[in-house]
Amino acid sequence: MGALRVLNRHLRVFGRTWQHSAMFNVIEPLLYLAAFGFGMGALVQDIEGMSYLEFLAPGMVTLSAMYAATFECSYGTFVRLQYQKTFLAMLAGPVTARDVILGEMLYGTLKSALFGTVILAVVAALGLIRSPQALAIPLLLALQGAVFAALAMWYTAYISNIDYLNYYVTLAVLPFFLFGGLYFPVSTLPAWVQAANYLNPLFHSVEVCRALALGQAAAGLWLHVGLLVAIGALVLPAPLRLMEKRLIN
Amino acid sequence: MNNVVTAENLGKCYGDLRALKGVSFSIAEGECCGFLGHNGAGKSTTMRMIYGLSTVDEGRLTVLGRSVRLTPPDIKSLIGVVPQEDNLDPDLTVAENLEVYGGLFGLRRREAAERTRELLAFMGLEDKTRARVDELSGGLKRRLVIARALINRPRLVVLDEPTTGLDPQARHLVWQKLRTLKAEGVTLILTTHYMEEATQLCDRLLVMHEGTILAEGSPRQLIERHTLPWAIEVLVPLEQVPPGLNDKVTEAGGEVLQVVDGLFLYAADGEALWSRLGSWGLSPHACFLRPANLEDVFLKLTGKGEED
Repeated sequence: MGALRVLNRHLRVFGRTWQHSAMFNVIEPLLYLAAFGFGMGALVQDIEGMSYLEFLAPGMVTLSAMYAATFECSYGTFVRLQYQKTFLAMLAGPVTARDVILGEMLYGTLKSALFGTVILAVVAALGLIRSPQALAIPLLLALQGAVFAALAMWYTAYISNIDYLNYYVTLAVLPFFLFGGLYFPVSTLPAWVQAANYLNPLFHSVEVCRALALGQAAAGLWLHVGLLVAIGALVLPAPLRLMEKRLIN
Repeated sequence: MNNVVTAENLGKCYGDLRALKGVSFSIAEGECCGFLGHNGAGKSTTMRMIYGLSTVDEGRLTVLGRSVRLTPPDIKSLIGVVPQEDNLDPDLTVAENLEVYGGLFGLRRREAAERTRELLAFMGLEDKTRARVDELSGGLKRRLVIARALINRPRLVVLDEPTTGLDPQARHLVWQKLRTLKAEGVTLILTTHYMEEATQLCDRLLVMHEGTILAEGSPRQLIERHTLPWAIEVLVPLEQVPPGLNDKVTEAGGEVLQVVDGLFLYAADGEALWSRLGSWGLSPHACFLRPANLEDVFLKLTGKGEED
């Protein structure tokens, strides 16, 4: 309940700032889509029976979702924690530290699902989605959002300076999307990278997202969903504990 | 009368630093109780424990009838907090700051909007309703923080240095509002560096120093107990003070207090001491005679007044 009240604050701010945040979360994946899809697409033959744009589109949907959760629960959280002291203000009210952090992650999750869905609508309008199974994608994006919100929050809970967030973006987020099967099939990668991808939440998400976009829902996809849930469940307690320690002394 | 807060032997360590060393006090319903002390004396730590930002590691703390280790949400819902630094939400307007904060307390949107209007009027902020927080002056921000602390109609309001950094007009306005609250029966706990604020507002004061409570009582009681009734401020550099002055003052039944580079003389009969200063080689023109006040008590109790 407390977490929902915290979320309510964020939604109020979102009502005011959504244009700016949409700018970043929506335009960037569309630029990638245009540059890679049209530029590279002209040079690349069909992949597994899909045009390159069709292959790329689900990747951009998950990319947008990852960005939304990641930036909200890293830069956004850090600014509220360190500069705006928003959390301390909230903690003087009838909420716990856990409520505050859960509320942050809920916001990240929600933005993730929302912005991913916006990209989904755009690529669908471009005719890059083949199946109504894609209607299930927003649920997947919410799950993915929760995982990335928790991961970003975990890292943010450790750092004392906003500049350290660059390490997370460069050393975690960038490899996630460069090697996660967004721009090319992971089967082209060395075996060890393919194995490492099982720890990459974005890999699982994009596999499911692409299958749904093509109308190829299959029992095997539950493995990816299960691993996403498992990664999320494993990570979640850490940021809650660390942030609580940081806020309450 | 019921106690709103009772502390028994509160202790707190941050690493090697013992911020609180066994502090005991109780605060009665409807009272305005002030905590005085240097930075680092333990005032803010005590406040944070009351409103649930610090855990009680040693001793016992009872807040609004409940013994707490970390003040839980249902107790916090009865408390209003004015923190030391203005942590208003810069992403929201003035009115939204209050409405959203009301939402945190479970107020419905209409309720919160209504309460917001009341409080903006109470704190004289009606014409700033739609302003952004960073457009407000320091005094207006402080008023908004106080308004925010009242959104839930608290029984207890904790104010950590409510008027630090405000100009005299703004300070008097805040004091006036706090008196109104007190008249409505709200219990107030405040910390301050301003002796005038403590004198003006507080029924009772606790003087803290290095994690302990040194003295307790009403402003008047503290002055009566801890200092002679008259003070003479010696307004010349210490090296120009005639040698042996301190002994002469003491022999005459007075007291001498040196605070960093300042010299204060205290006497039961201020005029009598004053009239003898000339014969001791100190020009009375360089001295200022006044009734002793809380500042004298504070300086005397908390050592030489050096900052931590």
